[in-house]
Amino acid sequence: MSTASLEVENLHLWRGERHVLRGVGFALAGGQCLKVTGVNGAGKTSLLRTLAGLMYPEEGQVRWCGTDVRRDLRGFQGALAYLGHEPPLKADLTARENLHYWIRNRRRVSAALLAQALLRVGAEPFADRLVRTLSAGQRRRVALAGLTLCIVPLWLLDEPATNLDAEGQRLIGSLIAEQLARGGLAVAAVHHELPVALGAVRQLELAA
Amino acid sequence: MSAGNAPSVLELPVTAASAVAAVSAWAAARLALQRDLTLAFRKPAQLLQPLAFFALVTMLFPLAISPELSQLRLVAPGAIWAAALLASLLALEFLFRDDAQDGTLEQYVLSGQSLTALLFAKTIAHWLLTGLPLACMAPIAALSLGAPVGSLGAIMVAVVLGSVTLSLVGSIGAGLTLNIKRSSALLSLLTLPLSLPVLIFGARATQVAIAGGPVLAPLELLAALAVLGVTLAPLAAAAAVRISLE
Repeated sequence: MSTASLEVENLHLWRGERHVLRGVGFALAGGQCLKVTGVNGAGKTSLLRTLAGLMYPEEGQVRWCGTDVRRDLRGFQGALAYLGHEPPLKADLTARENLHYWIRNRRRVSAALLAQALLRVGAEPFADRLVRTLSAGQRRRVALAGLTLCIVPLWLLDEPATNLDAEGQRLIGSLIAEQLARGGLAVAAVHHELPVALGAVRQLELAA
Repeated sequence: MSAGNAPSVLELPVTAASAVAAVSAWAAARLALQRDLTLAFRKPAQLLQPLAFFALVTMLFPLAISPELSQLRLVAPGAIWAAALLASLLALEFLFRDDAQDGTLEQYVLSGQSLTALLFAKTIAHWLLTGLPLACMAPIAALSLGAPVGSLGAIMVAVVLGSVTLSLVGSIGAGLTLNIKRSSALLSLLTLPLSLPVLIFGARATQVAIAGGPVLAPLELLAALAVLGVTLAPLAAAAAVRISLE
């Protein structure tokens, strides 16, 4: 299978009268991470949502493995995992049930693998509690377990370390490092330093 | 930090992801249906709202008009179908709203599965939780409005068929109004005109059933509307959700 690559060329996005993305472009290959920075309202979330195909840019192109993602948007979306501000979890389901319904939508995942992912992110002790009883940091950890279980080449992370303690932030760093070591790519919008000590991390600063 | 020593799929190169069994659209839709049913039974109060509304409205007619069965029999078709339509609208607001707020719909779009199939499964769950109970209650309401026992079967079939279409038409409106706060009024404005054929043929089927006439023709029209809804509404709902999520 060919190496994964993401190329973004001259993206322009308008939201009403606001020109949110002004000619954004970059290229990433397998094993590389892009850190997207910028002040509040600079368009970090809009960029990630545009990359994910949830927003439609007025101009520009996103290419996945050399092909315009619009040619097979569903196929491209199946190859990425997007973690937004809020973890996509149901308050009235347990953490384990949430992962069951979220991930088995994409691929068959055994109960053992699910338990392994929960253990990996330190969410095993509260895996059988209803999500409504979990703290914001615990919810984020459950979402991270889902992220690892997606097993996709491209991660799009919007403020992945939000609500996490120092150990949780190190966990983010190691998860991203593992994703890159497996040949994957990651684009992360962050306010603070991305806790990944790798030469493969590049930076894109968005102006307000 | 793996749980065991054996190499896990989580440690495979991502380009080997295809080695991990993908899920068919059918299995994904079944899972979405199962999830919605599980969630609904954990919040039973929300389930009872449309049913209680339907019961209340149909029970109010004898009080407001007359306890005379002959008079009630005349208004029964209109009362049952207007109440069913409004009860169905009441439940529509919840169809996609929670999933949009907590990011589940976004994950559906990004799952690589057919959004049409997933939303169709959600609409089936919605019908099972609201339309089917309404259809089960319709014969009781009809009986209280003076409908003869012999007509109850046909009335139930009519409400089953009509409520399927109401849920499907409603899914389009629910998709279009996802991002609008206090969307109930707009949702009603969008959905009611499309629901009028159901109201007309449903009331006609009920009227004919109460009169003891041949009820097959209006039931066939209701079935045709349901088939049309099953064919087109999920596609329109998926397009509406994609637009609303942008």
